[in-house]
Amino acid sequence: MTKIMLNGSETEFSEDPAMPLLWAIRDIAGLPGTKYGCGAGLCGACTVHVDGMAQKSCQLTLSDVEGREVTTIEGLDPDGNHALQIAWRDLNVPQCGFCQTGQIMQAASLLSENPKPTDEEILTSMSGNVCRCGCYQRIVDAVRLASTGS
Amino acid sequence: MANGIVEDPLIFVSIDADGIVTLVAHRSEMGTGSRTSIPMVMADEMEADWSRVKIVQAPGDEPKYGNQDTDGSRSMRHHIQMARKIGGSVRTMLARAAAQEWGVEPDQVTVEMHEVKGPGGQTAGFGDLAEAAMSQPVPPHEEIAYKTEDQFRYIGKGEVQITDLHDITTGKATYGADVTLDGMKFAVIARSPVVGGKAISFDATEALNIPGVESVQELPYGGLGQKFAPLGGIAVIATNTFAAIKGRDALEIEWESGEHGSYNSDSYMQELIATSEKPGTSARTQGDVDGALASADKVFARTYTQAHMAHIPMEPPAALANYTDEGLEIWAPVQSPYTTRTDTAKALGLDPEKVRVNVTLLGGGFGRKSKADFVTEAALLSKAVGAPVRVQWTREDDVQHSFYHTTSAERIEVALDADNKVTGWLHRSVAPSILSTFAPDEGNVLPLEQGMGLNDLPFDIANIRCESGKALAHTRIGWFRAVSNIPHAWAIGSFVGELAAELGKNQREMWLELIGEPRQLDPAAAGLPDNFWNYGEPMTEFPIETGRLAKVLNVAADGIGYGKELPEGEGIGLAVHRSFVSYVAAAARVKIVDGRITVPEMHMAIDCGFCANPERVESQMQGAAVMGMTVALHSGITYRDGAVVESNFYDYDVVRSDNYPSVTTHIMPHPFSVHATGVGEPGVPPVPPAVANALFEATGERKRDLPIGTTV
Repeated sequence: MTKIMLNGSETEFSEDPAMPLLWAIRDIAGLPGTKYGCGAGLCGACTVHVDGMAQKSCQLTLSDVEGREVTTIEGLDPDGNHALQIAWRDLNVPQCGFCQTGQIMQAASLLSENPKPTDEEILTSMSGNVCRCGCYQRIVDAVRLASTGS
Repeated sequence: MANGIVEDPLIFVSIDADGIVTLVAHRSEMGTGSRTSIPMVMADEMEADWSRVKIVQAPGDEPKYGNQDTDGSRSMRHHIQMARKIGGSVRTMLARAAAQEWGVEPDQVTVEMHEVKGPGGQTAGFGDLAEAAMSQPVPPHEEIAYKTEDQFRYIGKGEVQITDLHDITTGKATYGADVTLDGMKFAVIARSPVVGGKAISFDATEALNIPGVESVQELPYGGLGQKFAPLGGIAVIATNTFAAIKGRDALEIEWESGEHGSYNSDSYMQELIATSEKPGTSARTQGDVDGALASADKVFARTYTQAHMAHIPMEPPAALANYTDEGLEIWAPVQSPYTTRTDTAKALGLDPEKVRVNVTLLGGGFGRKSKADFVTEAALLSKAVGAPVRVQWTREDDVQHSFYHTTSAERIEVALDADNKVTGWLHRSVAPSILSTFAPDEGNVLPLEQGMGLNDLPFDIANIRCESGKALAHTRIGWFRAVSNIPHAWAIGSFVGELAAELGKNQREMWLELIGEPRQLDPAAAGLPDNFWNYGEPMTEFPIETGRLAKVLNVAADGIGYGKELPEGEGIGLAVHRSFVSYVAAAARVKIVDGRITVPEMHMAIDCGFCANPERVESQMQGAAVMGMTVALHSGITYRDGAVVESNFYDYDVVRSDNYPSVTTHIMPHPFSVHATGVGEPGVPPVPPAVANALFEATGERKRDLPIGTTV
């Protein structure tokens, strides 16, 4: 049995402790906002927060996060109104949308550590999150908007 | 377009008693915005308040909704009039219902922002009139007083948020792998590394010992020429995705490669190049190219190549199927809901009436999700195990078992006279065809592939011949965003850059000289064949207009400041291409940073006729710039002994946020009377040659083979 604090609730998993956190979140906890994109830590679609830090959930097992706080996009803000979510909507960022929850979780971690990142810091921080539709320009604009208000 | 266009408002519109207008989106949403833009046009013409509009997705049912194949950059091109007709019909029906109720003439009634007003100050909401309005006869086209352009609220403005924006940003949007049913099983499939291969034997003992693995199912094998039939293989059925993946890893399978086991990219490319050096079949003959070459002062020839590519949408293929005694229900991210329905019905021996295909959002498509092999897999497995089954493709599956963009060799040879004027143009294209996916392969391409940038060459040259050489396919060939336009535009755009350098001209001068004076291409004088494709549109209404081509080139070149002084290690490249009856130019600035090719800036100029939603057109141009850069620098699928070498983002990478171009989009303004044309695809083709032309300016080195790579 693995216990984790998932979006603020203590949650128990009876599955194989070697199960990647990604599949525990999606298949067992039934939270679909965290996406499978590569399973190899290369695309960032599965990004969640572990103790507040962005992590690729496909690269962590249940046992890796035993007793820790895991936040998914569903738990980022109770009303879905995190400054980044608002900025994303203000700029109509997504195309297909699939990678966007991972992008938002990565950006939220960046802003909590570094509330006023430079453009260079935004680009570097976000480079592990692939967007095949090519929304990067608006993603960077949205992170900047959430950070500075402009 | 199969099953055409349906304009019946009763199929697409309903209004509830509270006035909420529900509009049906019948085309798939994969990121282009069709689920927003088509309903937006309906709402505008209906005078519905967008904030009181709800969108529902149609299931796969073309007899009811009309064509649903979301491909070919056709959503707005083919449905803007249909959407206006539907919206205008409902507005007319609302006015007539109100007029009857108030005892006035319909033309005394106005409909404005969800409110209907009479001449004596009467008012009614859409909800009040819903029942009476929707039971009015549907007015014919000529009885609808369409809005004039100055009355548009949403059309042409680009101010509405996309339909699923809130759900996307909160994780509530539903994609293919996000639907669950009670008792659902999870399946992952081991497929033959070589197309057409089969398992000679397999041992599932270890797989079945893994907790959560419930059974192993062998699926019937497929191969080339079988449309979108699954490849077959060994499926592991489990209680969660992780167990299914682990179970598949534990399978011991002996594969027999079959006839395509000797497919090797290097030797195949040498064959394509050799074929391009011999006469092929003409797809266009204008004048006498052989004579022009024979009498030329100088002949200039170059060969360009492209490797296969996989689409790799962020969402790998995934689908849920539930087979019961009543029939089959599917939830899937497909571009082709109705083909999915009929194909899957056929595979299971069901009447299509017994199959329902629910369309989820697509986490990217790019052509991959027009081919629903993954859905048929889920359906076969659901029937086999007697439970709902979700098939999940891993990224490795997606990279290694796709329907690939073709690989090609393109040879262009021109005749130059003593004044360095081009007097003859010979283009030979050699590439395995999409046709090989549908029929026994004879190595011939389709007219539609030739029509994508080969025989529609818009240049003002006296003698032109465009030929196709034979090439047999050894993998499943499918369409990838912009299709054959990519290799054709790559060759033509790079060649123009090379010719400019050879003749000491700048790129803009060279392009404009070849494009010539503004004119419409005369199909007969140009020697175009009777089967010339023109994207399925009549040449009379959608001619090839060189003035529009030159215009977007100039706008992009001016936008980026072509000709300005640049620091060492930087260069600007230009390319322009007509595809999907739109005209797009790309101007790219390349900057070499510590040996790495970066593209910090791009200007994209598009002429897509009347632009219904400039905001989504801009996002498509930004996306096309990024995807075009990925095509230029990264995307190469390689075969060794019949199997794909690459497997995941580490060896099949894409442009990321640390190298995206800052894109400025220029949309050519047109009144509504100018046909709306394609947007989703035409941004991609000019980008790779623009990047290569810029790279040449920056480094003096000419790259002719895609992908170029990421460093110099």
